[in-house]
Amino acid sequence: MSNKKVFKLTVNGEEQEFLAEPRELLIHTLRERLGKTGPHIGCETSHCGACTVTLNGKSVKSCTVFVAQADGAEITTIEGLGNPDNLHVLQESFKEHHGLQCGFCTPGMITRASKLLEENPNPTEQEVRFGMAGNICRCTGYQNIVKSILAAAAEMNAAKEAAE
Amino acid sequence: MNKELSREERTDALGGMGCKRKRVEDARFTQGKGNYVDDIKLPGMLHGDFVRSPYAHARVVSINTDAAMALDGVIAVLTAADLAPLGLHWMPTLAGDKQMVLADGKVLFQGQEVAFVVAKDRYIAADAVELVEVEYEELPVLTDPFAALESDVVLREDLDPTADGAHGPRKHHNHIFTWEVGEKDATEQVLDEADVVAEEMVYYHRTHPCPLETCGCVASMDKVNGKLTLHGTFQAPHAIRTVVSLISGIEEHNIRVISPDIGGGFGNKVGAYPGYVCSVVASIVTGVPVKWVEDRMENLMTTAFARDYWMKGKISATKEGKITGLWCHTTADHGGFDACADPTKFPAGFMNICTGSYDIPTAYLAVDGVYTNKAPGGVSYRCSFRVTEAAYFIERMIEVLAIELNMDAAELRRINFIRKDQFPYQSALGWEYDSGDYHTAWDKALKAVDYDGLRAEQAQRVEDFKAGKTRKLMGIGLTHFTEIVGAGPVKNCDILGLGMFDSCEIRIHPTGSAIARLGTISQGQGHATTFAQILATEIGLPADSITIEEGDTDTAPYGLGTYGSRSTPVAGAATAMAGRKIRAKAQMIAAYLLEVHDDDVEFDVDRFVVKGAPEKFKTMKEIAFAAYNQAIPGIEPGLEAVSYYDPPNMTYPFGAYICVMDIDVDTGETDIRRFYALDDCGTRINPMIIEGQVHGGLTEALAVALGQEIAYDDMGNVKTGTLMDFFLPTAWEVPNYETDHTVTPSPHHPIGAKGVGESPHVGGVPCFSNAVNDAFRAFGLRHTHMPHDHWRIWKTANDLGLHG
Repeated sequence: MSNKKVFKLTVNGEEQEFLAEPRELLIHTLRERLGKTGPHIGCETSHCGACTVTLNGKSVKSCTVFVAQADGAEITTIEGLGNPDNLHVLQESFKEHHGLQCGFCTPGMITRASKLLEENPNPTEQEVRFGMAGNICRCTGYQNIVKSILAAAAEMNAAKEAAE
Repeated sequence: MNKELSREERTDALGGMGCKRKRVEDARFTQGKGNYVDDIKLPGMLHGDFVRSPYAHARVVSINTDAAMALDGVIAVLTAADLAPLGLHWMPTLAGDKQMVLADGKVLFQGQEVAFVVAKDRYIAADAVELVEVEYEELPVLTDPFAALESDVVLREDLDPTADGAHGPRKHHNHIFTWEVGEKDATEQVLDEADVVAEEMVYYHRTHPCPLETCGCVASMDKVNGKLTLHGTFQAPHAIRTVVSLISGIEEHNIRVISPDIGGGFGNKVGAYPGYVCSVVASIVTGVPVKWVEDRMENLMTTAFARDYWMKGKISATKEGKITGLWCHTTADHGGFDACADPTKFPAGFMNICTGSYDIPTAYLAVDGVYTNKAPGGVSYRCSFRVTEAAYFIERMIEVLAIELNMDAAELRRINFIRKDQFPYQSALGWEYDSGDYHTAWDKALKAVDYDGLRAEQAQRVEDFKAGKTRKLMGIGLTHFTEIVGAGPVKNCDILGLGMFDSCEIRIHPTGSAIARLGTISQGQGHATTFAQILATEIGLPADSITIEEGDTDTAPYGLGTYGSRSTPVAGAATAMAGRKIRAKAQMIAAYLLEVHDDDVEFDVDRFVVKGAPEKFKTMKEIAFAAYNQAIPGIEPGLEAVSYYDPPNMTYPFGAYICVMDIDVDTGETDIRRFYALDDCGTRINPMIIEGQVHGGLTEALAVALGQEIAYDDMGNVKTGTLMDFFLPTAWEVPNYETDHTVTPSPHHPIGAKGVGESPHVGGVPCFSNAVNDAFRAFGLRHTHMPHDHWRIWKTANDLGLHG
């Protein structure tokens, strides 16, 4: 198409340059162009948070961001949080505390939680519940998600203390 | 040599039944490596998108696709006229009706599929949808089922009004069926002669399962080999294969249906939708793969609503509170087509479980199905067929009866429970309850929450409210539910003529690991984890050495899929039975290796031992190798088994739930202070997963009871078509739940398990609703309809004069 433009993104540390229509939604860029299928599409209206990624240091719902708005941005998706040999504490914690069932919300949930714990490394249960309210889960009832995040926070804080 | 492990250590090493095994699914899901339908990308794949009707009832005068076809990248625009020569413009429904795939002359609900655009990418497809010009002529809209039964407006002009429907005679052109169970005259006589009769209309509003992943598929017709592969969000992949074969004429062996990872189902993904048919046709026409994934608005507006039952009830009792009879007439709003997902012989599902946990000697139920200008569906949203409706009905009727009798509702339940010694219990509406111990569960629950203390606190709160010291009321919601799950016996349960058995096939590998394939499909329930636990206990190999695979019809044995909490009761039983066949052969191999008679060895955790000489044994690992290594006289090589399990009866899980809620009379806001849930699902396979299922089911119950609905205006416009309007609770609105259990095994299930996934939803909805109603009981409220959102609660308070 004639209205395609060149865009640059840094996704999970890798620079990407590609031609796309400016109206392309970031979630489609990530999933279909760049093969990052961890973030999912649940509503396309910013309500469910399954598409949550970190964009320039902030949690963002990538289903309502045009790729043109994201040009030049640094993005982290679930694929960039850990790898099979070195999982993120939250990935371990969600497994340990049964913080997921169908798994569809999980990438967005963990990506958001990782940002929440950066913003507030020692949250109360109420702060976790409030800070995660932009991410919907239909399976777990949240109880074990909250438990997973609180346990991860405790573990990360203990590791930090041990390192100091 | 290693130190010999104790029996207990050997049992623990298996990770079998009863342990809190961590889920094997989670590694891929936590790393974003799940494989859902929309993740599937095939070479040359096209995208489909629907033109949908803005009207709820209209004639389609013309469809002009010229402008859409002229758009660069558009490959095809299908209409009913294109599908008609193939006979695919209509499709059969699961309920014996038929449904338009694409509008054939008229539309019957807002959002109905009118044309299917196929384009090179999803953006071009969406652009082209806007360019299809459809001329409509509006027709009168019927959204109220009672008005529809009186109206001259004919919704289904394709049906002969004088001919019988799939379930017998029709009384009116908008009437679908009448279903009657029980004794009408005897029940009416009991009601006439009763000391006390309580009467109420209980409406269970229309809602939607709304899994986080919407429905979709990728159809791929390989014209060279004549094979169709259909990936999709299917809760019943084998049934979909049979349906696709029947309606397309492609032989079943040339169709491979694959359900990959599924992002929640809750009933939404049981049915067959026009998107599947159109994708298949488009792939056959174009010869390349076609993907169709609905967006959230399409999901809420068109695929599979739930409930919409108007349940008129009468319940009678003696002065002392002993229930003598129950009468129910239900008007069931099925929308434009009858696409309910129920076993064939049960047009209102298992609504006849509506006598609940109570010993009610005489009962009568009648259900009338009605066409309206709403979306078709009627799926079981996190419940066995219409069991949520039945449980909600009886648990509201009990509360209304308690008011009529001026009795405590906990005590009223207590004196009417089916007693432990009455099981197996024949209900007045035709079921045989397998097992239960309701009194024990109830007493445990009441004690856990200090029920008497709560009632005293509530009485004080009422005094304080009347004295102007508080504006908050306190509600105590009680529920004792009995579910009916595990459909079901082939003698009375089928879908489209397919008996509702299920299956498991096991292959033991030479080195002592295994793969088991089942006819079910997990949508988050953790089958790969729990079915391996069942097998570990049955065949004595570690759960970690057993792969569970589901969802590929080319490899899995035929089964009817996962819904209605049937996986554990039916496929779980098949798994245990197939495991026992493995064990029977292993016993013969062990006896040969140990040079004793078959009867002289016995199974012991992970091995066969010589009776009376436990130091002489062969482990299952050794036996597995021998099966592939030894030439044993009279025994075929290999170690495999398959079981098709036809359950002798349903299973009847039950539970006792108590909710304590504060309600702000001035804002209508609710605050759930406490929720106690005792579940009895028989033998417990994995307590961690059971608890997770209970948390999730209760949260979906909270949603339905406190705000979630598919609402229509008088023009048939859907008012709740996005997640802005359709209530899905967040972490902020949801409480922590207290879970508890008793264990009453099913006597007819091989491992005594009953199923649990749906219990918390079935029991949760009446419990939340009863709490809201109970808060206003002291001020004269008998019953108020769900969903209890803030506005409706405020209005209830206002109508009772509580705003001064």
